[in-house]
Amino acid sequence: MIRHSLQPDENPEGVHLPLDPLPGHSSRGRLERILRRGEFAVTAELNPPDSADPQDVYDRARVFDGWVDGINAVDASGANCHMSSMGICALLTRMGYAPIMQIACRDRNRIAIQGDVLGAAAMGVCNMLCLTGDGVQAGDQPGAKPVFDLDSTSLLATIRTMRDEAKFLSGRKLTTPPAVFLGAAVNPFAPPHEFRALHLAKKIAAGAQFVQSQYCFDVAMLKEFMKKVRDLGLHEKCFILIGVGPLASAKTARWIRNNVPGVHIPDSLIARLEGAADQKNEGKRICIEIINEVKEIEGVAGIHVMAYRQEEYVAEIVHESGVLRGRRPWKREPSPDQMAVVERLDHLLEPHSERPADMVNKVVGQ
Amino acid sequence: MSTNDGTAVTQATLVRKAREALAYRPADVSPQRRVQRRYTMRLWSVRHARFLEWFYARFADFFLALHPVWQAIGYSRAEKPVKFVEKHVKGLMFDCRMCGQCVLSSTGMSCPMNCPKQLRNGPCGGVRANGNCEVEPDMPCVWVKAWEGSQRMRNSDAILAVQKPVDQSLRETSAWLRVTALAAAERGKAAP
Repeated sequence: MIRHSLQPDENPEGVHLPLDPLPGHSSRGRLERILRRGEFAVTAELNPPDSADPQDVYDRARVFDGWVDGINAVDASGANCHMSSMGICALLTRMGYAPIMQIACRDRNRIAIQGDVLGAAAMGVCNMLCLTGDGVQAGDQPGAKPVFDLDSTSLLATIRTMRDEAKFLSGRKLTTPPAVFLGAAVNPFAPPHEFRALHLAKKIAAGAQFVQSQYCFDVAMLKEFMKKVRDLGLHEKCFILIGVGPLASAKTARWIRNNVPGVHIPDSLIARLEGAADQKNEGKRICIEIINEVKEIEGVAGIHVMAYRQEEYVAEIVHESGVLRGRRPWKREPSPDQMAVVERLDHLLEPHSERPADMVNKVVGQ
Repeated sequence: MSTNDGTAVTQATLVRKAREALAYRPADVSPQRRVQRRYTMRLWSVRHARFLEWFYARFADFFLALHPVWQAIGYSRAEKPVKFVEKHVKGLMFDCRMCGQCVLSSTGMSCPMNCPKQLRNGPCGGVRANGNCEVEPDMPCVWVKAWEGSQRMRNSDAILAVQKPVDQSLRETSAWLRVTALAAAERGKAAP
């Protein structure tokens, strides 16, 4: 029998169970452990399926196995309707993955959101990313009513109140508060540029413990932002993960720049893509180059890989950029007792059904 | 973040094209129900944020000095006429949305309720490179203006305060009277 040793961040009682609490940690999840250990973290975004088949989610998560520390379950990103982040998280936690549940304020009011926070935490979601959400005009259902009851900052404050003070926004008590690691988004590439670092400070004041940035295609601009962040000492109060991703072609890059709110792509980069013989490969190479530059910036705690419809390249990008430095993130694999069951499975499923008469016939037949 | 892999057309694009074919759509219409006033001084107010900050402080004192008057009339009875004046004055000056919990002094005299997402704690990530709104391409981002206005003000750090979510039950009520009543109660508590 093959004996698998337990991985460093796995509950011995079962992979779907939360880890033991550690002092100073607010969640019982793997992502927080990795960041607090000082490792360079890698997270990725799962492309939400337009289906009701759980297998679609499992298949899409499997390509990240052993390469990422957290999987973002997006909440109708770009205001396009997909399987909900809550549903994706339910499936992912069942399989022992560490999902980062995105919560957008566009679609739900404070009553629904606080209920979802409790539900998700009960399912074992340890990381939540608080977002405002793109406007409904960006998506496939522009006739929808935008809610925006909370904004990302007040949502952070709300969940922090629930976690640290064990009460709802109304003041009503919670019997068990949600133990979650709180995240927010940051976009260093959109105006007002002077305010962006201070805005991050504001989000940290409201409860953000980690942030994931918008796509970074302009490292010079990021460096400028990070300098302000370091001057304010924010990189010591919060883990900063920089968003990166491969561009499939120059045409895609132009489309993203014109249609996805808040993505800044310099002309020089598009020109470089245009000039390449194999644009897809060039896009991947640019992504790896950006990662290599980003990981050297002081105060950057990890990367967030958004490879929309190119998820199969995430493993390659992570491997070739060497950001894991030989570390192997958690991978879904059978535990020793499960292996024992597998060995006996044939025996268990097909019990001896041979009757004495058959035994006699077999002998006589010989 | 939705993208296009170059060949396929997303549903969002199809919907947008179908809508364009259907009817004329003015550029300043946003999915968030709001009426753009014609003679708005919104941008003027941001440019003169420092003066307005000074003026507002005096005005608050003046209103507080009138506390006995408000009490004599009764705050609830004063509500209607004061609200009428407040709505029109602030409507002209700031394109006010009567949220009933004014935070203009923390947002550089740029009313955050004008933001199509009604953000009260800072800009979203979708601000266009030219500083205009993601939702309404012709409108300058409320928070880009708020940052400009706040830098002109004496108390330029007020923009860093984390704001509570809007209490929707206070909509269409007078913020002036509420602030005055609260300040009067504070004062009464301090010196009984």
